[in-house]
Amino acid sequence: MKFDTPATTNPIDQLKVVGKPLDRVDGPLKVTGRAPYAYERHDVGAKPAVGYVLGAGIAKGRIQAMDLAAAKRAPGVLAIVTAENAGKLELGKFNTAKLLGGPDIDHYHQAIAVVVAETFEQARAAAGLIKVEYAPTQGAFDLASARDGAVVPKNANAPADTAVGDFGRAFAAAAVKLDESYTTPDHSHAMMEPHASMAAWEGDSLTVWTSNQMIAWAAGDIAKTLGMPNGKVRVISPYIGGGFGSKLFVRADAVIAALAAKAAGRPVKVALPRPLIANNTTHRPATIQRVRLGAGSDGKITAIGHETWSGNLPDGSPEEAVAQTRLLYAGANRMTATRLALLDLPEGNAMRAPGEAPGLMALEIAMDEMAEKLGMDPIEFRILNDTQVDPEDPKRPFSLRQLTECYRTGAEKFGWSARRARTGQVRDGRWLVGMGAASAFRNNLTMASGARVRLGSDGVVTVETDMTDIGTGSYTIIAQTAAEMMGVPLEKVVVRLGDSSFPASSGSGGQWGANSSTAGVYAACVKLREAVAGQLGFDAATAEFADGEVRGGGKSVPLGDAAKAREIMVEDKIEFDKEMTNSKQQSTFGAHFVEVGVDVATAEVRIRRMLAVCSAGRILNPKSARSQVIGAMVMGAGAALMEELAVDKTRGFFVNHDLAGYEVPVHADIPHQDVIFLDDTDPMSSPMKAKGVGELGICGVAAAIANAIYNASGARVRDYPVTLDKILDRLPEMG
Amino acid sequence: MKAFSFSRASTPAEAAASAQRIEGAKFVAGGTNLLDLMKLEIETPTHLIDVSKLKLDTIEATAEGGLRIGAMVRNTDLAADARVRKDYALLSRALLAGASGQLRNKATTAGNLLQRTRCPYFYDTNQPCNKRSPGSGCSAIGGFTRMLGVVGVSDACIATNPSDMAIAMRALDAVVETVSPEGATRAIPIAELHRLPGDTPHIETVLTPGELITAVTLPKPVGGKHVYRKVRDRASYAFALISVGAIVQPDGSGRVAVGGVAPKPWRVEAAEKEMVRGAKAVTDGLFAGANPTHENAFKLTLVQRTLDAVLTEARG
Repeated sequence: MKFDTPATTNPIDQLKVVGKPLDRVDGPLKVTGRAPYAYERHDVGAKPAVGYVLGAGIAKGRIQAMDLAAAKRAPGVLAIVTAENAGKLELGKFNTAKLLGGPDIDHYHQAIAVVVAETFEQARAAAGLIKVEYAPTQGAFDLASARDGAVVPKNANAPADTAVGDFGRAFAAAAVKLDESYTTPDHSHAMMEPHASMAAWEGDSLTVWTSNQMIAWAAGDIAKTLGMPNGKVRVISPYIGGGFGSKLFVRADAVIAALAAKAAGRPVKVALPRPLIANNTTHRPATIQRVRLGAGSDGKITAIGHETWSGNLPDGSPEEAVAQTRLLYAGANRMTATRLALLDLPEGNAMRAPGEAPGLMALEIAMDEMAEKLGMDPIEFRILNDTQVDPEDPKRPFSLRQLTECYRTGAEKFGWSARRARTGQVRDGRWLVGMGAASAFRNNLTMASGARVRLGSDGVVTVETDMTDIGTGSYTIIAQTAAEMMGVPLEKVVVRLGDSSFPASSGSGGQWGANSSTAGVYAACVKLREAVAGQLGFDAATAEFADGEVRGGGKSVPLGDAAKAREIMVEDKIEFDKEMTNSKQQSTFGAHFVEVGVDVATAEVRIRRMLAVCSAGRILNPKSARSQVIGAMVMGAGAALMEELAVDKTRGFFVNHDLAGYEVPVHADIPHQDVIFLDDTDPMSSPMKAKGVGELGICGVAAAIANAIYNASGARVRDYPVTLDKILDRLPEMG
Repeated sequence: MKAFSFSRASTPAEAAASAQRIEGAKFVAGGTNLLDLMKLEIETPTHLIDVSKLKLDTIEATAEGGLRIGAMVRNTDLAADARVRKDYALLSRALLAGASGQLRNKATTAGNLLQRTRCPYFYDTNQPCNKRSPGSGCSAIGGFTRMLGVVGVSDACIATNPSDMAIAMRALDAVVETVSPEGATRAIPIAELHRLPGDTPHIETVLTPGELITAVTLPKPVGGKHVYRKVRDRASYAFALISVGAIVQPDGSGRVAVGGVAPKPWRVEAAEKEMVRGAKAVTDGLFAGANPTHENAFKLTLVQRTLDAVLTEARG
């Protein structure tokens, strides 16, 4: 099905099942431990051997010698694979550095060997016996020093430079100006389930049970890396314990499990140990950002400029932190610039809302600062500069944009009017109390997505697609979509996901999964309705599918009757006509409100209340969507207050590479969270009229918190995370 | 993790004797720290002697009016003990500020005193570390030091002792009782248990090979207000940036020990004599000769401000 005209009324609009806050259909499996993850597929094949990955002990250089003798002799060891005996390996399309390094080392903890043994303990012990001699070379590890050498990036999604009007002149002439720099650190995805895979060979065919967000990409890149034909690799990933972008691409566990299984002659499973994940896999790159805002004394922005610098390995991509600034606020004179420096740290890549998440961390502090310079309320300042058209191309309207409504609704609910414009005015015992707000913005991306649907004689509808559920609720919204389309209760729908033998889907990433994958299921169900109508002698255009029956022309027949003779199976996919969908700018919007307390003695920050108001298309399931948003708000709180991969700038690695050193919020850090979804049915997005919320929720949260800290304490911190040591010296004297 | 053998001791003296006899042996009780370190091959004992079943898990009153806490008393039980909560509230509060409920259920009194540093370079076996691998150098110095020590440190090591419990024990003048492989017992004041790193940071205590902690005794209660304030980057389940344990008497005098700043629980008796003059005077004394890095110098200000708040709370 080609989506080339805006959606009109369709069966989804009945909203009998779609749009309801239903419990997730995979919930009971997960809470009872019956949803098997990649590392625990004890139900398939022979008992697997276990591979343990050895990571490089230097950041850059070369392996001079590797002594495997002791490891080979260790109890239980079946095989050891290194670059020397692995055979020729290609670089995956989605990888920047090799997944099995050696003799050259590109980054710290790059995998350089896997030891395969009967048990995990044997493999780990033997890996400890490998002696490696390195010849380290100099590397670049500090973004601030590498910044001057930064260049226009080759591998970017958007242009490196954008310009409209005459920014320089307008900024110089502006009555009120802001010119500040901000920094965001490297972040780790820190998902609960580590990267894990089990691989088994049957002749020249390979099956990999893994934890991956994008099945078709994974199958393609495993085949490419191993030099195999595409059709010979099957990837299975039905349950995923969090990804946040770290599992968008094939990582070392999958490729190494395949190599190890070949070497050992039996299935092998490999999980990356937690201390390896920060440096072995990808991370959200650190940024340095400069924001310049110019406005008239009436508060209208006349000049808006945003530049960003990040670093990556050779051929890596930049962190596109200016993305939102091109679209979020009005202003006739504009510029953005994206530059990339060469760093020898591990590969930087996508993490939840790449671009916008760190970009808004800077821009939305700048907006708060500018409002203060103008003597305006920061929300009124944003509303004054709201726009209904793409500010770089004013002929192009937004499909639906309710940013102002998000702010108005949220301000009322949160009690924003009680906020004191002057800092440090509200005290509650030991706490200095303040409020902050920030805009949430994330573009709505769409991806082609396919599905197969089957109807059995029992009236059960089975959906098969390689779409993944990374904890987001995909199983549930896909079941809701099929139930709505075929007029059956949720219990009559079976959803099978995450298998490359199923039709290729959008996968989970960029918050495109919910809208795109359900639209693919919609397309397949339209086809199934036609097949059913034909089989039962109904007019497909007018037949009604409801209550497990097909009705029309005065008769009604149980749905399952259509499959009495044999199961009906159809397949289709949704494809988005980019010319049509791009004719209007599709984005998602929100407003975050935060109240914090800052301890007057220690500068400890504790969040007291959080509210997000989101305008993000039709909400397919308010319960799972709310979970997405509150989870993203937690992640934003981490980015605001504690998360930072600490770079050792001499030795070239992330030092705090475990969950004791890389702190993420715990329950005690998170107060009551409220989420409001505005009605935002958008016919431009897909037949589902939905968009995504999974990334919108993190966008702007950290800045809202930083702004609240300023309002509470008067400490304006422009370098994340906003830890107490950056506030302490600006608090009132004690004693 | 290296393969190791395992045995269970039936008496403290036998445990101590075995530990001396078997080369590379270590005691294990709750295992909350040691097992993690073994998995990372930071600790590589060849033999573990399980001391958790020794009958050292009771808390008894002493003839002097204090408490004798068995070495195997779990952190959870110690924190919940009515006598501890009433007369040694600082200890109860410090314990509850540490770790998680699950860990406190396993962790023992003696094990807590002997837990090792959380310096990230100690934890990464690719990096030089004088504490883990004597003579290899200190990679923390010149590296990421925000969490590390500011006082009592040396050119060989700037790691901190991570224990909350030990801060309270230090302020309470606890005494550590041990048994030697020969069966001899001795009493070590807590102030003398931990050593400063000097040029031998791998030697962390004055315990001799095989010597086993059997109990920790507390002198009779000293009264006063007991406040333990742990400051960290998140609300719970994190190691201290700094912590302040204070006992403040009605006349404004008192005791204070500080965590997160030094290789051992940090208490300077001469400094706390200044308590009536306020937090600054005490802090100046606590940090005489301090040698912070630009990343952790904030700890000095933080201790002073936290102590100020603690004194205000105690006097309030």
